[in-house]
Formats: sequence, C-alpha cells, structure tokens
Amino acid sequence: MQRNWANRLLLMPATAWLLVMLILPLVVVVVFSFGERGPAGGYVPAFTLAQYANLPARLTAFKNTLLLAPMGTLLCLLVAYPLAYFLAVKVDPKWKTMLLVMIIVPFWTSILIRTYAWIFILGGQGLPKLLELVGIDGVRMINTRFSVLTGIVYGYMPLMVFPIYVSLEKLDKRLLEAAADLGSSPLKAFRSITLPLSIPGIATGCILVFIYLMGEFLIPALLGGGKVFFIGNALVDLFLQSRNWAYGSAVAMTLVIIMLITISLYMKLVMGNSNQRKDVSLL
Amino acid sequence: MRIYAITVYLFLYIPIGIIVLFSFNAGRHASDFHGLSIKWYGKVLDNIFAMEALTTSVVVALSTAILASLFGTMAALALQEVRGRLRVVYDAAIYIAIMIPGIVLGIATLVALVTAFKFLNPVLHGLWPQGLGDPPRLNMGYVSLIASHTMFTMALVIVIVRARISGMDRTLIEASTDLYATPWRTFWQVTLPQIYPAILAGFLLSFTFSFDDFIIAFFVAGTETTLPLYVFSSIRRGVTPEINAIGTMVLAVSLTLLVVAQFLLRARVDRTH
Repeated sequence: MQRNWANRLLLMPATAWLLVMLILPLVVVVVFSFGERGPAGGYVPAFTLAQYANLPARLTAFKNTLLLAPMGTLLCLLVAYPLAYFLAVKVDPKWKTMLLVMIIVPFWTSILIRTYAWIFILGGQGLPKLLELVGIDGVRMINTRFSVLTGIVYGYMPLMVFPIYVSLEKLDKRLLEAAADLGSSPLKAFRSITLPLSIPGIATGCILVFIYLMGEFLIPALLGGGKVFFIGNALVDLFLQSRNWAYGSAVAMTLVIIMLITISLYMKLVMGNSNQRKDVSLL
Repeated sequence: MRIYAITVYLFLYIPIGIIVLFSFNAGRHASDFHGLSIKWYGKVLDNIFAMEALTTSVVVALSTAILASLFGTMAALALQEVRGRLRVVYDAAIYIAIMIPGIVLGIATLVALVTAFKFLNPVLHGLWPQGLGDPPRLNMGYVSLIASHTMFTMALVIVIVRARISGMDRTLIEASTDLYATPWRTFWQVTLPQIYPAILAGFLLSFTFSFDDFIIAFFVAGTETTLPLYVFSSIRRGVTPEINAIGTMVLAVSLTLLVVAQFLLRARVDRTH
C-alpha cells in the first residue's frame, strides 16, 4: 500500500507533463482543425470540414514533400547501405564502437549549424566561386533541388546507417560460408542472403528518415530559398505569418495522418515478415 | 569498400571542418583566406544580441536538463511497478513524445498554450489579491520553452534510465531488502549508484537537445530569442563569418557533451555483456 503511494507520487510530475504538454496540445490541434479562422487570425470555434476541403490550396507543398521526402530517403539508403555493410561485416571489432559513435554524434548536433555549413559551401562565395577560379562560370548550386537533397542526405543519412547496421550485424555469417561452399558467387550470396535478411533494417531506416523529412522545415527554408517549399514551410507560414490556425491545424493533422499511415504500413511489412525484430537504439 | 567508407566520413566531417576553419579566417569570405585570426570570436563576444540569446539558451537548457532528468528518473523508477493497460498507455505516450515531429509539437504547444493563457490570464487577474500590485501575466517565453523542451527530453530520460534499470542486477536489491534496509536506503545505496551513469547521460542529452533545438523554439519562444533562433535570423540576413564563430562554439559544446554521454551509455553495454 505504502509502495503504491510512493509510486504514484513518483509518476505524478511526468504524468502531468505528458498530459499538459503532449496530450492536451494534440487534442487542441484536432479540435482546431475543425474550426474556423477568426477575423484577425487565430481561431473561432466551429464544426466544419471546410479546412480539410481547402487542403488543395497548399498542393505544391504536399507535392514537393511527397516527391522529395521519398527521393531523399532513397538517396540516404543508397549512401548508408554500403557504409552499414562495411561497419557490420568488414571492420575490425576494436574500431567499431568508435566508428559508430562518429556516425551518430554529428546527427545529434545542431541541424541548423550543419545545414548552414552547406549554405556556406554551396552559396555564391563558396564552391561556385572556386569553380570560377578554374574557369567554370555561372554554376548555381544553392536554392535548387540539388542543394535541398544534399542537405537532406547530409542531415539524415546517419539515421539510416544504424538500423541497417543492426540487421547486418546479427546476420549469421555461416549462411554466407554455406553459400560460398555450395558454389554461389559473392554477388549472388549478397542478393539471396544478405539483402533479404537486412530488409527489416532497411525498412526501419527508411521509415525513420521519411518521418523526419515529412516534417522538415529548416533544410528547404535555408537551402531551397523559398523555391522548394515543404509542408513544414507551409505550417510555419500558416502559424507564424498568416495566423490561420484552423487551416494550419488541418494541414498539420493531414501530415500526422500521412505519417501514421506510413508507420502502420511499415508495421505490417516488418512485423509480419520477421519474428527477429529488435529495438534499435539510436542513442 | 574502405575507400567508400572514408569518403562518407569525409562527407560527414568536412562541412563541420570548413565552418571551424573559416571561423578563424581573417577575410570575410571562403574565397578570400587571409590567414588565421580570432577576430570573429571577439565580435561575437561583443555582440549584445548574441550574448543575450546565449544566456537564454543556457538558462532554458539547464532548467530543461534538471527537470527532465529528475522527473524522468522518478517516472522510470515508478514505471517498473506499473503493469497492464496503464503501462501500455504510458509506453504509448512516451513513444509518441519521442517520435512526434518537432514541428507538430511546436505548433500544438503554441496553439494550446496561447489559448490556455487567454482563459487563464483574466482568471488570474480576478483571483489576484488586491494590494499586491498587478498579477503576473502568463506569456509565451521562458516557461513555454522550458515546459515543451522538458516534455520530450523527459521521455528520452525515461527510456534511457529504464534500459539501465532493466540491465541492473536485481539480486542486490533483494539482498538489501532481506537485510532490512528501508526502500529509501536501498535506493540511495544500491539503485542510484547503478543507474547514475544513465541519469547523467540523460542530463547531458537533454541539455544538448534543448540547447540545439530550433523548430520547437521557433513556435513557442514568444518574445525570447534562443541562440539557434538568433543564428537563423542572422543567416536570413546574410552569411557572415560571425555565424561561423557561433556555429563552431555551438558544435564544440554539443559534440563534447554528446561524446561524454555516449561513453556513459556504452559503459553500460560493456558491463552488462
């Protein structure tokens, strides 16, 4: 009995915090998404689907996000897979921890500063200027899809490495030896053993990167120069500039719904296929 | 294969290196390198706005880290005893807190708090006893920054400390109870010494996340300016070598704290295996 009370007391601050700062705000967004815009911005209570019906007004942002987020995810996968393979299979175990820490640490440092680095590199006074010195003129790098995708790969590729690394790490190396003994070429062994067994890792990595990219604001804002506009940029505009909270809430809800659909598809794919799923530690 | 890996590591670290290198550049641009100088650092230190933003960031990050590691650890300890449906609810909430995109959290906190304050301020005004002057006005600023950062870093601390608790040697706790130690004493002498690396790691990660956070602060900072918000608006006004200097300092702080946190967390892994 006494223990029970102590337990409740210990849980109280965390419970209050989660209720007031997580659950309540999310409920408010759901409620607001069915409301109307006030005359001076903000929100007027109502129950209407008008905000959702008006979603096509921000079609460009949705189109850009739904095009560039999967593209960015794919690029991250292409860059990360060989690296994860190298770390899991080829590297001397005594270097492993250090090399893994070196991948994840930049990811947790300020995304703002890391994205800024690319403004500096790709901007007018950076690489293009250096190219001018060797006689290549008029190259434009910043504020293009190329610069946005570079920023995306730079920012989120580390997130892809870890889950793939984990799935490759626990792969039973004897399977590859058996394949080699039975006369299979390394390429064939990779295609029929390594790749299929690393699919849970690939799926986890893709879903993580995709979720982060869906809500991305900074990279398109800084490297896209207002030309490459994501849902995140639309949300900033709706909440901080035009103060259209009801419509903004509907856009945010749509974003969350797209994410939930993606996650449940992923759950079906991975949970259904494999019973060896293990939680991936990202820290 | 090895060459590929080296290339990727260079890709990860060269941009960071460039920021650091050019923060010591005497010239204004990447293309005019005039030798080394620390003049941009001097400019940052003399810049009142940057220093104010730095102070705000440190106050917010420190408060966040203290609250998150205290409440997160308390919750992680208590959740051991929670089973069944209630546990599922807590786990779901913690999972949502960590996975939810920062932008959605920022928006939700903004609209919820602004709406709540609109109701609470008149109430507070009505309840405030006369003769004490004007009641405090609830506003977006320090409180909303610390409260929202604490929410999601607390979830992180819960996860980290819980992992440590589950890797802990439970027989020691049983032995301590068998020897008639009070639960309080068992906690101080047995549990805490075993979980403190995780708490410390949680503290450092919370500090770093709060210190580096841009997107949540962008929505909930109100009239305050944190360092990332200051950097963002400076970038908007044009790239200057001062930003390189601030960036280098920010990276140095977070890299140091993160590496220490990693060591604290890995030490656990090595010992339990």
